[in-house]
Amino acid sequence: MSDFTDSFWNLYIAVLTLLGVIGCGVLLYSQSSVRQAAPAPGQQGPGTTGHVWDEDLTELNTPMPRWWMWLFYITIVFGLVYLMLYPGLGDFAGKLGWKSSGQYQAELAKAEADYGPLFNRYAKMDIKAVAADPQAHAIGERLFLTYCAQCHGSDARGNKGFPNLTDKDWLYGGTPEVIKETIMHGRHGVMPSMAAAVGDDKDVENVAHYVLSLSGSGASDPIKAAMGKSKFSACMACHGPDAHGNQMIGAPNLTDKIWLYGGSAETIMETIRKGRDNTMPAWADFLGDAKVQVLAAYVWSLSNPQPATAVTAQLAPEAVAKP
Amino acid sequence: MSAPQEQVIKMYAAREDIYPREISGRFSRLRWLCLWLTQLVFFCTAWFNWNGRQALLFDLVARKFYIFGLVLWPQDFIYLAALLIICAYGLFMVTAIAGRVWCGFACPQTVYTEVFLWIERKIEGTRSARMRLDRQGPSFNKYARKTSKHLAWGLVALWTGFTFVGYFTPIRTLWGEVAHLSFGPWEWFWVVFYAFATYGNAGWLREQVCKYMCPYARFQSSMFDRDTLIISYDPGRGEPRGPINKEGTGDCIDCSMCVQVCPTGIDIRNGLQYECIGCTACIDACDSVMDKIERPRGLIRYTTDRGMDEHMTASDIRRHILRPRVRIYGAILLLIIIAMCGSLYLRTPLKLDVIRDRGAMGREVEDGMIENVYRLQVMNTTEQSHSYRITVSGLDSLTQATTDVVTLGPTETLAHAIRLRAAHGAGKQGSNKIHITLQALDDPSLQVSEPAVFFVPR
Repeated sequence: MSDFTDSFWNLYIAVLTLLGVIGCGVLLYSQSSVRQAAPAPGQQGPGTTGHVWDEDLTELNTPMPRWWMWLFYITIVFGLVYLMLYPGLGDFAGKLGWKSSGQYQAELAKAEADYGPLFNRYAKMDIKAVAADPQAHAIGERLFLTYCAQCHGSDARGNKGFPNLTDKDWLYGGTPEVIKETIMHGRHGVMPSMAAAVGDDKDVENVAHYVLSLSGSGASDPIKAAMGKSKFSACMACHGPDAHGNQMIGAPNLTDKIWLYGGSAETIMETIRKGRDNTMPAWADFLGDAKVQVLAAYVWSLSNPQPATAVTAQLAPEAVAKP
Repeated sequence: MSAPQEQVIKMYAAREDIYPREISGRFSRLRWLCLWLTQLVFFCTAWFNWNGRQALLFDLVARKFYIFGLVLWPQDFIYLAALLIICAYGLFMVTAIAGRVWCGFACPQTVYTEVFLWIERKIEGTRSARMRLDRQGPSFNKYARKTSKHLAWGLVALWTGFTFVGYFTPIRTLWGEVAHLSFGPWEWFWVVFYAFATYGNAGWLREQVCKYMCPYARFQSSMFDRDTLIISYDPGRGEPRGPINKEGTGDCIDCSMCVQVCPTGIDIRNGLQYECIGCTACIDACDSVMDKIERPRGLIRYTTDRGMDEHMTASDIRRHILRPRVRIYGAILLLIIIAMCGSLYLRTPLKLDVIRDRGAMGREVEDGMIENVYRLQVMNTTEQSHSYRITVSGLDSLTQATTDVVTLGPTETLAHAIRLRAAHGAGKQGSNKIHITLQALDDPSLQVSEPAVFFVPR
């Protein structure tokens, strides 16, 4: 498809380009020798170009080497051949039919031919077996750094709103199959605003302190926590009567010290009041099954260190030196 | 009245062949000595080993430059700049003192032209024999000589190209590949490329490189002044030219030897010309003629413009050479050399780049601690293994949540992720300046410190 609605501009560019190239050739030819009146005997010495300015100012002729001139002609021929083979004259596509998008597709196809068999081999293996493969681990790490590190951090320990992938706490489950499903199809986790269900502002604060007390946090006020306990029934539908969460719907466990949005009483109150809405995008269409398989194996291995992949030991929780 | 006659003037001229005559003499010996020295260094250095690797190797793929005991990384690029500045000031100073001695004695273009001319002389004969050979029609003798000349040139050129490439890819491996004819496409390309450049420049282009291509040749004349030693013809002694036994003539007998030996085809008796590369062949030629006709040497000699005009003695000329211009060049040169050597000597062979993780600003972890993630790019530029201890400072309660010792092999680069923690109240909200320090366990002087930022979320 042409970039212009009118073919005039294609013609304009083609004509200007060709005129420019041919003009260079004509200029070169016309200036490679000059005709002039022969000097009268004894009047003008040899070795000048014959140009005279201001009555007596002459220009010495210091000729360039001839091969230099031929280099100029060669560049003109090169330019014309190039314009014939490659796109350059308006919308003329060139005899070779080269396109930048075509080159990109060719490189993609070559990469697919080179790495496809490798990925297909991993796709047929069990995810745990893939996790034990050092090469797959290295590939997985690079995939993770390219596609996942923006949100989960390059050490996979997450960020506010983005879960830590190196611990044993999982919103939707930490088996290799569930991790793969999460990456393939994404997740959409919603906590509705519970302010109305819990009661007034006082009740929200009490419930927040009750929630804090579930993980034994010293920040919780025992009196407020006790008063909030009865109001927690509004939360049980999702987080369960014992507040251990529900991996079927991604409701987090509230009895551990791991907080996706922060573990202060203020943050928890904000969560109860306003709710939370969070999305993990789906990667099935973009990465395809085989790459997601390798990626899932890598993510799983972060919380289940493999003996063969000691490289990441420094990222795994077991190796953490306690501060 | 008839129409004026017209003439056509060509703006491009074919090259006129130059057949330099062979010459011997003291300057000629000096030139050959320089040739041997530079070429021995060039052809042999590549084969020396040091620390179990090539002594001089510019490994562009791994981006490491090995210069004997020194390993330079791309981060040391400043030394290349310093080296180029030293070369430039060296050229300025030498040119201000003695004209284009670089061109005449050390420039690869001159040196290889000299080598190729030597081969030409061995195969095609002397200047007159070569001129005769080129004039005569096709014959077996002509083609046999021409073919063997080009083959010999080609061999020298290929060996030169091979050696040159040998400074960028290990030459012993390269030689093994030659023996097994298993060059890769790029090795072929570069060896043949440099071989062709040598063959074309020294065999065919010769003085045209100096006349039409070389930028140094053109700006060197701006270093000249009246106290620069240049190759000069003494017209006061030589003119008027004439046969030796004619009355009233000068010392120049117009034998044209100085023109015949000139590799750029000029007549030095016309004075200083931009084509003159300062090779001194004409001095040797004229001195040998003066010896034969028993007149004093030095009709063509190294002297300054001022010395020639004011009939100075040699010591007067030498005194004038040490003029402010030369002293300033020398002082700057010395300063840069000292700065470069000092900085090379004081250089810490350990480099550290701290890159804050772009994926995480500052996260809250257990017990309300704030955690930041950094990637340390550690570069051990020594050829020994070292273990380094990481220490952090700049904030109260700043601690490391990751292992604080890293080990690197010889000339290894390691990307090492560290997590730092601080209590929520330890720093102000936003950016806090901290320092990350690396120190070798076995050598406390091997230490670098880099600033970084610790982010406390609002």
